[in-house]
Amino acid sequence: MKRKAGLVAMIAALFFVANIAVAKNDMVEIKGSDTLINVAQKLAETYMKSHPDTSISVTGGGSGTGVAALVNRKCDIANASRSIKPKEVEDANTKGVDPKRVVVAIDGLSIITNAQNPIDKLTVDDIGKIYRGDVKNWKDLGGNDTPINLYGRQSNSGTYDFMKEVVMKGEYSPNLKSMNGNAQIVEAVKQDLGGIGYVGVGYVKDATGINVLKVAANPSLGYFSPLNSMDVKTGNYPITRPLNQYLNGTPKGDVKNFIVFELSAEGQRIVEDEGFFAVPQEYQRYNNDVLGISTNLDAPITKYSVQGRDGN
Amino acid sequence: MAKHNNFKEKLIHGLFLFNGLFVVIVLIGIFILLIAKSVPVFKEVPIKEFLFKATWNPTATFVTPSYGMGSMLVSTLMVSIGALIIAIPLGIGTAAYLSDIASPRVREIAKPVIEILAGIPSVVIGFLGIVLVGPIISKLFKLPNGLNALNGSILLAVMALPTIISLAEDALKSVPLSFKEASLALGATHWQTIIKVKIPAAISGIVAACMLGMGRAIGETMTVLMATGCSIAMPHGFLSSVQTITSTIAIELGEVPYNTIHYYALFAIGLVLFVITFIVNMVSDIILHRYQKVIK
Repeated sequence: MKRKAGLVAMIAALFFVANIAVAKNDMVEIKGSDTLINVAQKLAETYMKSHPDTSISVTGGGSGTGVAALVNRKCDIANASRSIKPKEVEDANTKGVDPKRVVVAIDGLSIITNAQNPIDKLTVDDIGKIYRGDVKNWKDLGGNDTPINLYGRQSNSGTYDFMKEVVMKGEYSPNLKSMNGNAQIVEAVKQDLGGIGYVGVGYVKDATGINVLKVAANPSLGYFSPLNSMDVKTGNYPITRPLNQYLNGTPKGDVKNFIVFELSAEGQRIVEDEGFFAVPQEYQRYNNDVLGISTNLDAPITKYSVQGRDGN
Repeated sequence: MAKHNNFKEKLIHGLFLFNGLFVVIVLIGIFILLIAKSVPVFKEVPIKEFLFKATWNPTATFVTPSYGMGSMLVSTLMVSIGALIIAIPLGIGTAAYLSDIASPRVREIAKPVIEILAGIPSVVIGFLGIVLVGPIISKLFKLPNGLNALNGSILLAVMALPTIISLAEDALKSVPLSFKEASLALGATHWQTIIKVKIPAAISGIVAACMLGMGRAIGETMTVLMATGCSIAMPHGFLSSVQTITSTIAIELGEVPYNTIHYYALFAIGLVLFVITFIVNMVSDIILHRYQKVIK
């Protein structure tokens, strides 16, 4: 009997210790956009190397999932490839959460097709027609007689929303195949002669077997490729978007330090290495206001992005 | 001392009663929650339209949102019935082999291996669907993409097999030995004995096994989410991409604003799924009981 009591006490003690261990752990949790997940992971790894006391976890699930987690205080930073919706701000406010936005990278949303598809450029209007299901065969756009297979993201994705609201300006065709993430879209289009997909530019940089289409807002203004960083940064490439992180209020402590690192010259270099583009000046000023730091502290970034532009 | 024992007895009795009731309470609780959360949607959308209309677009912003789960219902039934068509012959064959033909040594190895199959996480099976089954299907049928209902059926068949095999084998084993001996004594071959005597004698157990396997297949989420292509249009056949009820709930519940029609609609499709699995399980239970009485 005594032995059993001892065992129970031991188990209780174990639970107690485990609880303390969990409570003490200062983990920064980042959750959300699958477009941002790789770059956020890379940033977190690099940051943790120089700050061994901080641990950062990065998970995906889609922008909607990330913002919902921030609203329910389940994460510290929500990655979002779209802007927060008014409804979400309302929800957050009723729960006492004050969402603040920081722009960490710029994405040229890339439209991809199979490498054997002869079409190499489309207008934004064409892309809308394709995804709304108004055009069903590549021959209607001057290509081969092949049915168009639509690949996209699931409805919890910020990219799904961005395409719908900004590019298509209409509802998706019900024949859209919803993939789990950017990489799965790239793989599917690689194998599908009639496939078309949309992914963050970071996922097409090294991909083979696909065409990255040139896109024009208006054919008379010319077609531009998202692979040319100059065209994305100047906004010539028509489907450019900021990639955001949402925070609860003005950040402090580890969260703030990590964000400052992301926006530093080193952080922005990682962003570019991952295939996305560094944040331009107008957003830097905006970010600094959110973080409550004066803009001249960030002189190195400005220099870096200016060099980036000269380099192109 | 006697008093003490009596108290202990009562305590343990109470504890077991509580455990037994707890499961029932949880089940009723889930049912009530699902009904309570689904009712508001039926005030906005007629039940008939909700169940049978094939357009599901709750997040529509350019047109009015529509809540029709018709294509999901068809997809779910298609994928699980397809899985049964593949799994039943394989499952019964394996069960008959294990119970009547295999040597004790083979059985000792095969049974645990089949049980291990039941323990493979669904996400791993889904992964195999993307990287292995998908490409094979697309090559075999000359399709641009192998993520479709057939892929889901094959994977769910693999997941339902252990349930079907182990329950069907139990049913075959509990057929009294005298049946087999009588059949063999009358000059029937081993094959004839299995097909004409043992399987008919155990048929209700085997049917119950298949129904439980189907129950498993209908509710499976991760595998179908990964392997069926998730396209919300009404499927044209087993080579179309489909989106099942479970996939829809998994994709959309994560970010739906609470207490909206969309939120209630997700509970309502969950309720439909619950009712389907409930019926399947209940029917299999009734069949199983009848069979136990017959054998006695």
